[in-house]
Amino acid sequence: MTQAERDYDDIPGTYVFDGRHHRAGYALNMFCMSLNDEANRDVFRTDPAGYLDRFDLTEDQRTAVEQRDWLGLLRLGGNIYYTFKLAIFDGLSMQDVGAMMSGVSTDEFSKMMIDGGRSIDGNRSRRDRGGG
Amino acid sequence: MARIVGGIGTSHVPAVGAAIDNGRQDEPYWAPYFDKIGPARALASELAPDVAIVVYNDHASAFSLELIPTFALGVAAEFPPADEGYGPRAVPPAIGHPDLAWHLAESLILDEFDLTIVNEMAVDHGCTVPLSVAFGQPEAWPCRVIPLCVNVIQYPPPTGHRCLALGRAIRRAVDAYPGDERVMIFGTGGMSHQLQGERAGLVNLDFDREFLDRLVTDPEGQAAVDHTTYLREAGSEGIELVMWLVMRGALDAEVEERYRMHHVPTSNTSNGLIVLTDAADSV
Repeated sequence: MTQAERDYDDIPGTYVFDGRHHRAGYALNMFCMSLNDEANRDVFRTDPAGYLDRFDLTEDQRTAVEQRDWLGLLRLGGNIYYTFKLAIFDGLSMQDVGAMMSGVSTDEFSKMMIDGGRSIDGNRSRRDRGGG
Repeated sequence: MARIVGGIGTSHVPAVGAAIDNGRQDEPYWAPYFDKIGPARALASELAPDVAIVVYNDHASAFSLELIPTFALGVAAEFPPADEGYGPRAVPPAIGHPDLAWHLAESLILDEFDLTIVNEMAVDHGCTVPLSVAFGQPEAWPCRVIPLCVNVIQYPPPTGHRCLALGRAIRRAVDAYPGDERVMIFGTGGMSHQLQGERAGLVNLDFDREFLDRLVTDPEGQAAVDHTTYLREAGSEGIELVMWLVMRGALDAEVEERYRMHHVPTSNTSNGLIVLTDAADSV
């Protein structure tokens, strides 16, 4: 499989979970998946560093987990359905995480959704945003 | 012979399940949505399915990145609700229909759809929320359930064209089953939404409306829409909509649109619901 640029790479603020991301994020996502198990959640709560040692994370991934850097986790190969397991562990909702990833408060994010969501206009490609 | 009595397309938003489970349906945020799904529940009851084939995606619950089946058909006698990190939903287990499920597995594989066959599978909100949407909060679901999981998390999901063709093969298989079961098929997920990244919260009402229109009148045209268009226009999680094409494929070319609703938002998602029956079934 070619690892060349894809036509969806120009969609702004979007991390498509393709083979490139999968390969970078496998251990990170499997750590997140492990939090489906209540016994694992208990261990992670009691000894987070020791629990993270069980997974073959890169330094950057480990730091992103420790800092709950939700965008960083995506950039380092995380998939939202997996990284959301960590958010659930923290008692966060998808709106909390959506707000943090897009740099607003949860109240602002929630209001944006009630007002009809984030508009597609200007958000189709980086070209719409003048290369942003 | 068994027959397909109808198809339901619906979003499978976890917050909808939580609102039902926690008795919040009358709250101002939720009441407008639940008011709008009432007619679909009445139709689901009128169509009285014996079996529901629920086409949905697992969200890192039964499957992980260890093994990623594109299409996985549940053949078990029972599928418990999954623990997605909060403990399992307080909904009944989905009681399977192993005989019909094995018939589907054999028919579909011989029809050249290379399904994965699954015995042990907890079902997450992708499967249980559509059942709650259609059937409310009964002590037991009013029909058997055959879960059909589609990978839409690992890129690439199956194409829209492949999903439509799978639906048609399901129709052939159901028509050939020597029982008298009334089968309803659910296509779930979507509509436009993006959970991840700086673009989280994306909604595209024009895309959603056009999708529903073409689902009814031009499924071939909708099946030709490529993945990048879904990702760009409907959001990275909006690509779940390809699963509605499996449902559509199991119905005749000519369908009657019995009900449609669209509601924004439910949590971070544009929520759609459509009920279709074969036009030939109408008098």
